[in-house]
Amino acid sequence: MTTPKKAFPTHIIVFLAPAVIIYTIFMIYPLVDSLRLSLYAPTPDNPRVEAFVGLANYQKLLTDPLWAPRLQGAIRNNFVFFIVHMLVQNPIGLLLATLLTSKVVRFRTIFRTLIFTPTILSFVLVGFIWQIILNPLWGIAGDILGLVGLDAEPWLGLESAALPVMSLISVWQFIGIPMMLFSAALLNLPDEIIEAARVDGATAWGVFWRVKFPLILPTVGIVGVLTFVGNFNAFDLVYTIAGGLAGPNFSTDLLGTFFYRTFFGFQLQAGNPTMGATIAGVMFLIILAGVVIYLFGWQRRIARVEY
Amino acid sequence: MIEDHLDIFIYRFLSVFARMRYSFTTLLNVEAIVKKVAVLSLLLLAMLALAIAPVVAQDNTLVIESWRNDDLTIWEDVIIPAFNAQYPDIPVVFSPSPPADYNGLLNSRLEAGTAGDLITCRPFDASLTLFQSGYLASLNDLSGMENFSDVAKSAWITDDSSDVFCVPMASVIHGFMYNADAFAALGLSEPTTEAEFYAVLDAIQADGTYAPLVLGTSDQWESATVGYQNIGPNYWGGEAGRLGLIDGTATYNEAGFLAAFEALAKWQPYLIDGYQALSYPDAQSAFTLGLGAIYPTGSWEISGFRANADFELGAFKPPTPEGADTCYISDHTDIALGMNANVPEAKRANAETFLQWMTTPEFAALYSNALPGFFTLSNHEITLDDPLAQEFLDWRGECESTIRSSYQILSRGEPNNETDLWLYNAQMLNGELTAQEAADAVQMGLATWYEPQMGS
Repeated sequence: MTTPKKAFPTHIIVFLAPAVIIYTIFMIYPLVDSLRLSLYAPTPDNPRVEAFVGLANYQKLLTDPLWAPRLQGAIRNNFVFFIVHMLVQNPIGLLLATLLTSKVVRFRTIFRTLIFTPTILSFVLVGFIWQIILNPLWGIAGDILGLVGLDAEPWLGLESAALPVMSLISVWQFIGIPMMLFSAALLNLPDEIIEAARVDGATAWGVFWRVKFPLILPTVGIVGVLTFVGNFNAFDLVYTIAGGLAGPNFSTDLLGTFFYRTFFGFQLQAGNPTMGATIAGVMFLIILAGVVIYLFGWQRRIARVEY
Repeated sequence: MIEDHLDIFIYRFLSVFARMRYSFTTLLNVEAIVKKVAVLSLLLLAMLALAIAPVVAQDNTLVIESWRNDDLTIWEDVIIPAFNAQYPDIPVVFSPSPPADYNGLLNSRLEAGTAGDLITCRPFDASLTLFQSGYLASLNDLSGMENFSDVAKSAWITDDSSDVFCVPMASVIHGFMYNADAFAALGLSEPTTEAEFYAVLDAIQADGTYAPLVLGTSDQWESATVGYQNIGPNYWGGEAGRLGLIDGTATYNEAGFLAAFEALAKWQPYLIDGYQALSYPDAQSAFTLGLGAIYPTGSWEISGFRANADFELGAFKPPTPEGADTCYISDHTDIALGMNANVPEAKRANAETFLQWMTTPEFAALYSNALPGFFTLSNHEITLDDPLAQEFLDWRGECESTIRSSYQILSRGEPNNETDLWLYNAQMLNGELTAQEAADAVQMGLATWYEPQMGS
C-alpha cells in the first residue's frame, strides 16, 4: 500500500499570487528594467537607438569631470540632509513622544495632532509656506528675529545656509512620524515593569534610559532606516523651493533632484534617460547598502523582549 | 519668454500632481484624487472632442496646433475672423494643447499622422528636429518670407541656412522698466550710457527710498536672461559677436563677452536686499509694490505690470558702453507657424494662403496689438496702441537686433550653454565668483563639447 501522493499546495500559490504579481509588475520589473537601461547609451549615429555599453555609464558618472563633481556633491548633500534628520528630527521626536505619553502632561491629544499635521500636508504647500515665511522682503521670520535683536538673512539663497535650512524645513514637516512611532512603542511598554523600577528606587531619568529606551531599541532602528530610505529618496521639497537646478550653485542638490534633472532634462538641456537610470542605479545601491547594514548590523543583533 | 514663464512658473506649481505621485510618504490619498482629476479631464476632453468634431469633420478646415492656450480668445475673436473677412471659404480652427505637454503631444500626433495642418513652432532645436524628421514643410518658396530679416528667421532655419520652415510670428525685446513716479520724485532721467546708468543707480541708492535694481537670483535664469542677455549685445556687438561664438572666433572669456560679465557684476551692490533668496515672482511683486526703482526685464512684462503697478511705468533700452556709437537690443525670437509636411493635398494651397496672410502688415498689426509685448518679427511698419509696447518696438529702428547668445546650436551638448549661463551669472551676482571666473567657467563648459570652441 502506498501513501497517497501529497496534493500540490495550490492554496499557497493562490495566496501569494496577488502580492507577487502586483509587486512584480509595479516594483520589481521597473527596478530591473531601470538597472538594465543604465547599461545602455544612445548610439552616435541615431540617438533613438540605444546600444549596450556595459558599465561605461557608471564609469562616466564616477570619473567624468562633468558628472563626478555633481554626483559627489549630491551624495555629500544627501548625507548632510540625513545627518540633520538623525540629529534633530529623531531625538526631538523621541523627546516629544516621551512627553506626550507621560501622564502628567495635559492636552496630549491636541499636541499630538498639531505636531503630526504638517506630515500630511503636501510638499508643495510646505515649501511655499516656508519660502514666504523666510522671504527676506516680507517674510515674518525677519520680524520675529527682530524682536530679539537679530537680522534675517536670505538663507535660502546662501550656499552655506540653504541646505541646513531646507533640512530643518523637512524636519519640521516630518517630526510627527518618529513621534508617532516612538509613542506607539512607549505606550506598548507594560506598566508593571516601569512600576517595578520606580519601586526599586529609579528616578524618572533612570527609568527612561535604563528601562524604557532599551525596550524600544527595535523602534529606534526602524525609525533610523525609514529616515535613511526617505532621505535618500527625497526630491520634492528641494524641487519645490529651489527648482530643478537645486541652487544656489547646486548646494541643495540631492540624488533625487540630480536624477530628475538628468532623466527629464532641464530648460534647453534635453533629457538623458540612460544617464538618469545610472543615477537611479547608484541611488538603489546606496539605499540597498544602508538597509543591509541595518538588517545585519542592527536588527539581528539587538535583543527583543517579550512581555 | 513664453517659455520661461510657463515652463518655469506654471510648471512649478502645476506639476503638483506629478510630484505628489512621487512622494510615497505623503499620507493624503493623492492617488485617488489624481485619478479622479484624470478621469474628469478625460471626460471633459471627450465632450470637447464631441463638440469640436463636427467642425473638424469639414474636409477643408485648417487646424492650427499651438501651446498658446492663453491666446485662444484672441485667435477666435480677432485673428481668424480677420482672415475669413478676406478668405471666407477657408475655415480655420485654433486647437491649442497645454504648454508643458505641447512638445510631447505634438510629436505623438505627428508620428500617428493625426496632427493639425499648421503647427506652431518652438524656437531652435525643437522645431529643427521636427523639420529634419520630415514633419515640417520647407517654406523657402512661400511668397512673403522676404518680409523677415535673417535674425527673425534664425530660430527656424537649418544650421546651414538652406531651409526655412516656419513663418516667424513674434519676439520679445529685452530692456529695463522703471518706476516713473520714483524717477520724477528723485529728479532722474532715463540713462542712455553705462556711466549715466550707474549715476542713476547711485542717486537712487543715496536717496534710500527705493531699491535701485529689483532682481532676484534664486531662480537663476533671470541672472542670465534679464541680466546678461539683456545688456550683453551692446558689449559683444550683437549678431557679429553671437555668430563669432558659433564659428569659434569669439569666446565667452574674452573681449565683449567678458565685458558683459564685468558689467553685470557691477550690479551687485545695487540689488534689492535679500536678492539671493528672491524668486522671479518675488521680484515682480517687489517692483509692482513700489519697493524698487528699476526692473531689468523684457517686453513680456508689459501687460502684467500695467495690471498690477499703480505708478507710472517707463522703459529704457540697455545702456551703451563708453564710446559705442551703435546700440544693440536682444529681440528674441519666440514663436512661429509652420506647415505640416503631410498636409492633405486638398488643403495644401489653403494652408499656404494662411501662412502668406501671416506675412502681411495686417496680421503683424493685429497680433502685436492683441498681445502687447510680443512683437511681430516682420519688417512692416506697425503702430501699437500701448505706448510702452510702442517704445520697446521703436528701439528696433534705433538699434540693431540680435537674439540670446546661447539659444542657437550652443545648447545642444552637455554641459548646456544656457544652463551654464544661468549658474555662473547667478553665482557672480551672489558674490561667489568674479566676472573673470564666471566667464572662464562658461567658456570651459562650451569648449568641452562644441568643436569650433575646443582648445580655445
